[in-house]
Amino acid sequence: MLRFILSRIIQGFVVVFAVIVITFGLLKASPGGPFNKERQMQPHVRAMIEAYYGLDQPWWVQLWRHVKGYASFHFPESLKMPGRGVDEIIAQGFPVSAAIGIPALLIALALGIPLGAFAALKPNSIEDRASMLLAMAGLCMPSLVLGPLIAMIFGLKLRWFNVSGWYDADDWVLPAATLGIIYSAYIARLTRGGLRETLAQDFIRTARAKGASEGAVVFRHAFKLACLPVLNYLGPAAAGLLTGSLVTETVFQIPGLGQHFISAAVNRDDNLAMATAAFYATLIVGFNLLVDIVQAALNPKIGFKS
Amino acid sequence: MVTATLPAADVHPPSPSPWLSAWRRLTASRVTVAAMCPLALLVLACVFADGIAPYDPNAQDLELKATPGSAAHWMGTDPLGRDLATRILHGGRVSLLVGVLATGVAVVIGVGYGLVAGLAGSRTDAAMMRVVDILYAFPFMTFVIILTVVFGRQFWLLFLAIGAVEWLTMARVVRGQVLALRNQEFVTAARAYGARGWHVLIRHMLPNVAGPVIVYASLTVPGVMLLEATLSFLGLGIQPPDASWGVLIRDGADNMETSPWMLFFPALFFSATLLALNIIGDALRDALDPKSFQEPD
Repeated sequence: MLRFILSRIIQGFVVVFAVIVITFGLLKASPGGPFNKERQMQPHVRAMIEAYYGLDQPWWVQLWRHVKGYASFHFPESLKMPGRGVDEIIAQGFPVSAAIGIPALLIALALGIPLGAFAALKPNSIEDRASMLLAMAGLCMPSLVLGPLIAMIFGLKLRWFNVSGWYDADDWVLPAATLGIIYSAYIARLTRGGLRETLAQDFIRTARAKGASEGAVVFRHAFKLACLPVLNYLGPAAAGLLTGSLVTETVFQIPGLGQHFISAAVNRDDNLAMATAAFYATLIVGFNLLVDIVQAALNPKIGFKS
Repeated sequence: MVTATLPAADVHPPSPSPWLSAWRRLTASRVTVAAMCPLALLVLACVFADGIAPYDPNAQDLELKATPGSAAHWMGTDPLGRDLATRILHGGRVSLLVGVLATGVAVVIGVGYGLVAGLAGSRTDAAMMRVVDILYAFPFMTFVIILTVVFGRQFWLLFLAIGAVEWLTMARVVRGQVLALRNQEFVTAARAYGARGWHVLIRHMLPNVAGPVIVYASLTVPGVMLLEATLSFLGLGIQPPDASWGVLIRDGADNMETSPWMLFFPALFFSATLLALNIIGDALRDALDPKSFQEPD
């Protein structure tokens, strides 16, 4: 098991550095540079700034500096926010995004799993159809639809919360609810699929045959396996939620990480763009590893194979 | 002991083609038909928006400003006095077009990549699939944002960029299907009677890959439309004064305090379309044999 985890961690590092290299390549391949747009800048000033950030070096030297920097945790400076390291900027936005992402994830699980289980236990009943229609509606109300609607109802009409901004202690509620409802729709569909498939298997028939109660069949025998698809989905979902939904953070004007994903690219802050990409990739890799470990523990068929 | 048998067609009456019976299974469900008919109408209305829509999508009538729905403007107007119903139809044309074109790009890349990986096998396959794994961990939103920001915000680039990130799952599905088919008896039989590689590929593989590809493509369309809407919502996609549903929803969200109908109608059209596309995609999956699509590891 230790070997499995170790080899996966090494693989994870490879992936993260591949992401850094690809992002670097994309940015370098694109026309223009970080300081091209500022026309009023005098050539020798620009040359000095570019020399300061090492942008005058050949690309392989720049790439090597980045890779070396990330490997030794000496992160580069932001190109457009002078004097601030990219790690500092991310460390500032991340807690805000997480303060929305963690409750959103909990809401998604608390809504989605019961809804999906309910549907799976009574296939083709009215309840099944109703809950699946609800989950389907969730799929079709993406955050750019649901977010403004929730803001309009609970912010503008009922005035329970601020419509937008990050001032009061309860400002996380509306964005977290938006994201939670949307993710719960996916989780409900996955739970239903997983549970229905599991309940049709032989070992469930055996459990029923030996006289186990319906509750024991579902919760002791079926649920562990039925959770696997949900678990699989949770890895990327958790990474996405923690790094902040671009749309939700835009709708509710949350100063989380999401804004940097856009502004770094728009402003050609190449260093920050690479850092956000690398951070996101690290979270995805980390959560996927976590998911794989839990999965291997739950399902003896998978086991710890590297 | 192997005995020769006559071809089935000489013994039994011809059975309906698999595609025809799939179509019958598809239209047997009332929910599916109820999703298909309005969607077809909407698509037609969007395609022929120039003839159907009562106004010019960009014609401003500043005296009107933002007015709610009326007999002349069914869904009201925006602060510039532009007719919302007209803009929804024209915007829908852009959204649907991006959805179809980007899905097309994803299908071409995904099917090509998946076929090559599945047919090449062994090390090439492993390396190609490892690339896909790495790209899965890639923050694709960053990728699309960089592409659209840096290379300009042209329409053709938008669907190319979206298609370029949406092909990964398609490649996995096709590769899995090819791997499963490679060792099936009928492929071995075709090889045994001397069929060339190309013949096997076109005559025996492609028809069997088509089902999963159709299903997955139909489920990709709403995903792609959502991505386009998201980008346009963030100001990175379709640029005003051109409209797409994402642009209109963004306009609506900006004006929801004074003109809630500007949010309501575009959101309604967008969500209803996503709903119909998802229902049809699910029905297609059921109609085209769900068992065969599971991808092996």
